[in-house]
Amino acid sequence: MTLADMSHHRPSLYTQDARTKARNAAEKRFRIYGITAVTLGVLALIVLLTSVLGSGLGSFRQTMMTLPVTLDAAVLDKKGNRNPDEMAKATTITYGKVLAQALEAVVAEKGLAPEGMKAKEIGSLISKEAPAALRDMVLANPDLIGTTIEFNVLANGRIDGFFKGRVTMESAALDSNVSPAQLELAQALRDAGMLRLAFNWAFITNPDASELRPESAGLGVAILGSAYMMLIVLALALPIGVAASIYLEEFAPQNRFTDLIEVNIANLAAVPSIVFGILGLAVFINYAGLPQSSPLVGGLVLTLMTLPTIIIATRAALKAVPPSIKDAALGVGASKMQTIFHHLLPLALPGILTGTIIGLAQALGETAPLLLIGMVAFVKEYPAAPPEGFLDPAAALPVQVYNFTQRSDPAFIERASGAIIVLLVFLLAMNILAVLLRRRFERRW
Amino acid sequence: MNTAKFGVSALAILAASTSGALARDQIQSAGSSTVLPYATIVAEAFGENFDFPTPVVEGGGSGAGRKKLCEGVGENTIDIANSSSRIKQSDIDTCAANGVEEIMEVRIGYDGIVFASKIDGPEFAFTPSDWYNALAAEVMVDGALVANPNKTWHDVNAELPEQDILAFIPGTKHGTREVFDIKVLEAGCEATGAMEAFVAAKGEKDGEKACLALRTDGVSVDIDGDYTETLSRLDANPNAIGVFGLSFYQNNTDKLRVATMSGVVPSTESIATGEYPVSRPLFFYVKKAHLGVIPGLQEYIDFFVSDEMAGPEGPLAAYGLVSDPELAATQEMVAAGTPMGPLN
Repeated sequence: MTLADMSHHRPSLYTQDARTKARNAAEKRFRIYGITAVTLGVLALIVLLTSVLGSGLGSFRQTMMTLPVTLDAAVLDKKGNRNPDEMAKATTITYGKVLAQALEAVVAEKGLAPEGMKAKEIGSLISKEAPAALRDMVLANPDLIGTTIEFNVLANGRIDGFFKGRVTMESAALDSNVSPAQLELAQALRDAGMLRLAFNWAFITNPDASELRPESAGLGVAILGSAYMMLIVLALALPIGVAASIYLEEFAPQNRFTDLIEVNIANLAAVPSIVFGILGLAVFINYAGLPQSSPLVGGLVLTLMTLPTIIIATRAALKAVPPSIKDAALGVGASKMQTIFHHLLPLALPGILTGTIIGLAQALGETAPLLLIGMVAFVKEYPAAPPEGFLDPAAALPVQVYNFTQRSDPAFIERASGAIIVLLVFLLAMNILAVLLRRRFERRW
Repeated sequence: MNTAKFGVSALAILAASTSGALARDQIQSAGSSTVLPYATIVAEAFGENFDFPTPVVEGGGSGAGRKKLCEGVGENTIDIANSSSRIKQSDIDTCAANGVEEIMEVRIGYDGIVFASKIDGPEFAFTPSDWYNALAAEVMVDGALVANPNKTWHDVNAELPEQDILAFIPGTKHGTREVFDIKVLEAGCEATGAMEAFVAAKGEKDGEKACLALRTDGVSVDIDGDYTETLSRLDANPNAIGVFGLSFYQNNTDKLRVATMSGVVPSTESIATGEYPVSRPLFFYVKKAHLGVIPGLQEYIDFFVSDEMAGPEGPLAAYGLVSDPELAATQEMVAAGTPMGPLN
């Protein structure tokens, strides 16, 4: 056989033969598949984000009114002794009338009301939350009685919807809860500078609200509840997970029993989360008698769910530390425990933390198990500070999203998307933290 | 072993926490998702105006709420079950078996069930017979029971528009479905003469049951979610008719066109007078053993049925509750703490 025979009759290096062309074409096609896949993913993300942001950003701005309110002692403090206990007899209904009259007076003074508008229609521009806020303020400071204060009130949800484009004159004509005349008046008030859209801190801090006042519904209790649960998950899952991984990785004998445990851990990581909810209901609530809707039970259930993730991540991080480091430490006379705590663990820490944060982010977004342990409740009171607060009823962020979508007032759709945005921001922050930790501390050998 | 360590830690936490878990200071209630919005409105106003914490209100369905109520007496069980249908003898038996002896039954008002389509669609005027003939598995044609042949509403009743039959009705776990079955399907079954034929063929009990069998060719769709799901299904199927609660309809009058039933437009007035046929009472059930133990429970139930809340001018009526003409009697009963007697 000669050299000339082995060269496949290639005329020149500069012209591609059929096989090279076919190989290059295959590579090109593969790249196109890849780009298509990435593009589809990005498109899906864009669609999701635009729909969530489009319908949810509105919840971060809220229509407010500023009213001069005269706090008449004859109405609010009939005995005239400024004793908060006795003043508490004036309920929010009385305060509601005070606010309605204040608005009516302003509207009459400036001549803003469209013709033929009833007094009752003017008053209902004000949110039903406002009387409670005013009452709290007056009871906290009885000296305000007899004075005229500038009071900021929320506008009714439909009025708010009008300025956000959700309610139109046409829909108001059909709507039994708002009339076109009220929208005209709201526009006139805005033109007169008394009504404005402001950043809605209350959406972050307020508790949930009933269906009569979507404008005041917020995420305060849900954020606190989620934070408490994350604290519990962190405090339980991290030490338990790390201890279990170190033992399994470094001390456990290789036998059937440890194999069985390993298989089970991998298996648990794939168990649907609702199963943990059922377990939590049976064990923590029905058997152990822990209170329903409490962050403690939620945290325990989420801990169970997060443990496998943390154990798997920790074991991977421990395995990634080169054996030479361990051998060197043992070689200079360190005990096994010293080797682990002085050398292995510090080097594996970035990986462990990353795994933990990703596990926490998963737990933060988990809804299904919480539905079963009573965290779907309407909770208006903030839970107390920990540790007592762990036993108080609370909501959770993803469950609050679910709750909002079930309400009949359309204003809650906006709130649900707003809650999704807040949840996404938290998740994003946690994931960025995980990436930063990995970048900053990870060592490669 | 990780499991052993976990067990130890969990036990430690349980031990630390159960000592603190005993003092529950807020009222807890659960149950019907129809009563849920009313209960949250009252709970919110209660928290604002009284020196007690705002009660915690959970949904989950009437049956689930009553089951929780009957789990036993103690701070770890709920105080109030909200229900859109009357308590059953089986619930009372479970309650008694678990030591819940005395229950107070409180009727808060009435709720209407309305039939509505997209606002831009045609008007509908139904009777229970129309619904029976549209949805039932077997209907009367020329004096004999046959498998339902009707394709459009016009086939059912010549006065209805030429529109394909497609109905979104509440799933069987909803209390609303029970009312739909009794007040619409059974009434229609009887009016069309189908019930008589069923009873003749299958006997008294099975005959009445046969009235509730629905056709399975996809024209009647059970919605297991809530009314927001029904509404979004209507958006996707503009030809469909959905079943809603009156309060949901009142909050979405700009999107829905309501149908009349037997010539009556549903409204709080027509339901209060009893002219509109498809309505049901709403209840909550109070565990009497918890009165005086859970702070504020008596005040809360008094407040719930007060004229300020449940009266015709109150916020519940504004939201869509049909206030009870006999509210005064309910108020007396609640104030006196009268437990309910045996079911009649």
